Amino acid sequence: MKTLFPLFAVITLIVLVVAGVQYANMQFLFGVIIPYLAVATFVAGLIYRVMKWASSPVPFRIPTTCGQELSLPWIKQDKLESPSGTLGVIGRMALEVLLFRSLFRNIKLDMREGPRIAYGSDKWLWLSGLAFHWSFLIILIRHFRLFAIQLPYPIHVIESLDSFLQIGVPMLYITDVVILAAVTYLFIRRITNPLVRYISLPADYFPLFLILAVAGSGVLMRYFTKVDVVGVKQLTMGLISFRPVVPQGIGIIFYIHLFLISVLFAYFPFSKLVHMAGVFLSPTRNMANNNRMVRHVNPWDYPVHVHTYEEYENDFREKMKSVGIPVEKE
Amino acid sequence: MAKFTAKPNDLLKINYNPPQTDWMDTPVEIREHMYCHPSKKKDLDTVGFPNGRDWRVADEDWKLPANWEQTILEGMQALLKKYRSFSVFMDICVRCGACADKCHFFIGTGDPKNMPVLRAELLRSVYRGNFTLAGKILKKIAGARDLTVNVLKEWWYYFYQCTECRRCSVFCPYGIDQAEITMMGRELTNLLGLQIGWSGGPIAACYMKGNHLGLEPHTVKSCIDLFSEDIETITGIKIEPSFNRKGAEILFVTPSGDLFANPGTYTAMGYLMLFHELGLDYTWSTYASEGGNFGFFSTNEMAKRLNAKIYAEAKRLGVKWILGGECGHMWRVLHQYMDTWNGPADFLQEPVSPITGTKFENAKSTKMVHISEFTADLIKNGKLKLDKSRNDHLKVTYHDSCNPARGMGMLEEPRYVIKNVCKNFYEMPENTIREKTFCCGSGSGINASENMELRMRGGLPRANAVKFVHDKYGVNMLACVCAIDRATLSAANEYWVPEVGVTGVTELVANALVMKGEKERTLDIRLEPLPGKEGSEEVS
Ligand code: SF4
Ligand code: SF4
Repeated sequence: MKTLFPLFAVITLIVLVVAGVQYANMQFLFGVIIPYLAVATFVAGLIYRVMKWASSPVPFRIPTTCGQELSLPWIKQDKLESPSGTLGVIGRMALEVLLFRSLFRNIKLDMREGPRIAYGSDKWLWLSGLAFHWSFLIILIRHFRLFAIQLPYPIHVIESLDSFLQIGVPMLYITDVVILAAVTYLFIRRITNPLVRYISLPADYFPLFLILAVAGSGVLMRYFTKVDVVGVKQLTMGLISFRPVVPQGIGIIFYIHLFLISVLFAYFPFSKLVHMAGVFLSPTRNMANNNRMVRHVNPWDYPVHVHTYEEYENDFREKMKSVGIPVEKE
Repeated sequence: MAKFTAKPNDLLKINYNPPQTDWMDTPVEIREHMYCHPSKKKDLDTVGFPNGRDWRVADEDWKLPANWEQTILEGMQALLKKYRSFSVFMDICVRCGACADKCHFFIGTGDPKNMPVLRAELLRSVYRGNFTLAGKILKKIAGARDLTVNVLKEWWYYFYQCTECRRCSVFCPYGIDQAEITMMGRELTNLLGLQIGWSGGPIAACYMKGNHLGLEPHTVKSCIDLFSEDIETITGIKIEPSFNRKGAEILFVTPSGDLFANPGTYTAMGYLMLFHELGLDYTWSTYASEGGNFGFFSTNEMAKRLNAKIYAEAKRLGVKWILGGECGHMWRVLHQYMDTWNGPADFLQEPVSPITGTKFENAKSTKMVHISEFTADLIKNGKLKLDKSRNDHLKVTYHDSCNPARGMGMLEEPRYVIKNVCKNFYEMPENTIREKTFCCGSGSGINASENMELRMRGGLPRANAVKFVHDKYGVNMLACVCAIDRATLSAANEYWVPEVGVTGVTELVANALVMKGEKERTLDIRLEPLPGKEGSEEVS
């Protein structure tokens, strides 16, 4: 149920676009209107989400410290895991966002006879996560060639690096293989690891299937069922220049690819995929551990009732005097 | 409630395979020995907590106030508006499972709802169902559910099975901190008067009398006077500490637990001996006689109210700065919250050690220094005369308390101190110390006796690492800088590795400290014969 529903959802999406383009001739809807709407939803949705988070203040400075604090000058501070200034925080965030530092820490519980609880290294999640995210990014960047008249140099460099194996015609992009492998691994992990399967929701499987379908259709298009590349470029250039055109005969696989990407974009801000933006706002990671050096102000702080010293002394004056503890009022 | 009699082996039949039924379809089963009794009405009334009443956890009817659903949902809305952490953490979890097997309660129970991610989902599911569009429309498919009495009971059961230790947060790729989510969950249960007694009682006592144990001023003094007598027996030196003394340079604040129960009392004696030897111009306070803060385990406001006494007293007495004793959550509160709540402490001065002249730059705003920072500086500057050999009979390991490790980053100072006062020091396995340290299993106000099974299960990962160094190196003493640890790890060790005792770091210091004018020591701080020194008088 948890896997079937999202699987059917993705299949339905594919049926929808095939029916629309192949039989109802709705190329303009799927080639122009939906992509525009999707990008607009993505941008507006993301802004809305970030604004919503940002509208809640950060009342306390609560970094999770993962290393030595700054204290006495002769004790070596861990500037990245327990940063005391902005530079350190930037470093910590960079490590987290670019290299998934915290996932790298991952260890696996291993309860043995005895009992002897051991913790084995477990880097597979880190590796597949990193492989997936980086190949996704590289593939995304590669696609910018579709929106430029002349191939920009940086994209050219990325393309040649990505195809450095020089296999096949067209040349095989390593990221295409990596993303399919990584997403497949993440899916298999989700259904075979009993704990992860237990916590998984349909909302965890849906993006996996969707991305698998996006990558799969892209791979099909590039290496197997060829599409009219000139037509595709005409369409994408039309989109980017806001003079949309819909050339005939591009090939249905392209429309499938484009529609699934549109869905991914539109779905993004309203799903767990917003972790991409959220990670930057996580107070346990993006704050400096300089708590006792620089006072943090809570914007909604308000005065509270306390039991004052005066009240306390009133309660205990005689007892205090009897043992010689000084009092304010004799 | 029947007495907890299970043997360690009974607890070890842990099944890590989740049940067949989906977690939302598996109703909470509230088990004996796994939860704390409710707070008494009078304790809640004392501090003005709402909805105090007599109720029993085992009863079907928790006598919830009318409209309780609305109270919770409005409370949630308010917290989402007040805390970005909460708002972000409700949205960005990808259920990758990296945190799943990192919680000591999951390791010790195998209960899937003790996986940090699922503990969060208990609340998140209600968040989705009430605060997100997808959840409102797609319901269960979007991972959403309604708030029902059973959901509330489940929250309660599992939010008081989380010790707010933050270990999960270390491993989460987005730093999602279940401790923070538990704190929100507890804020919500507090709105309905569902506080646990082990927190409610200390909170009321601390509010009225200045400390969790409810020691009245003359009793605080007599506890400390008793320590002074013992110190005289051990060293021949008479110590006369001062109380509520105006004009002292330093106010010393420590958790009251150390005034009352062994082995914490030995650490308290250690403070007295160290400060006497240094000739420190300091005072104790009977009003601010609590460094810990059980309010922190109920609501943010309560924590602030209890904490206010420290600065208020420092101001009244006119001290220059504040020195804090060994305690875990106390230091999370002092380090990350006190200045924000009750600062700015502009009536104090930037802390400078009167002995070494060292400026504690890292505490220049809050003006409160940790005893381990203070002592490490003394040792580094050669200000203490130490006879390490008095600790030779000990093979020591160090337990990083959750909060100083993950909410402060104080890792090296206590280690430096220990290595300078003990010859035999051994670290526990790398994945169980420093930022990856395991909780004692009883923090965050749940160190009661009726939930002993929970505590022993939660303490298993820590105790197991202790057992490892005991078996391998013969470790027989666990040092820590936490008053709760001193109580709870004594119990956990007694259960899982009875061969290993528990000590505060300052007790080790005091044992090694050679004091001016002391007699030859034949007793350690526990008034037990010092091995290797017992017979020396007769022989010579
Ligand atoms: S590690 Fe973080 S993102 Fe992964 S399941 Fe746990 S809380 Fe969620
Ligand atoms: S804070 Fe600690 S006790 Fe709570 S869920 Fe995380 S690891 Fe478990």
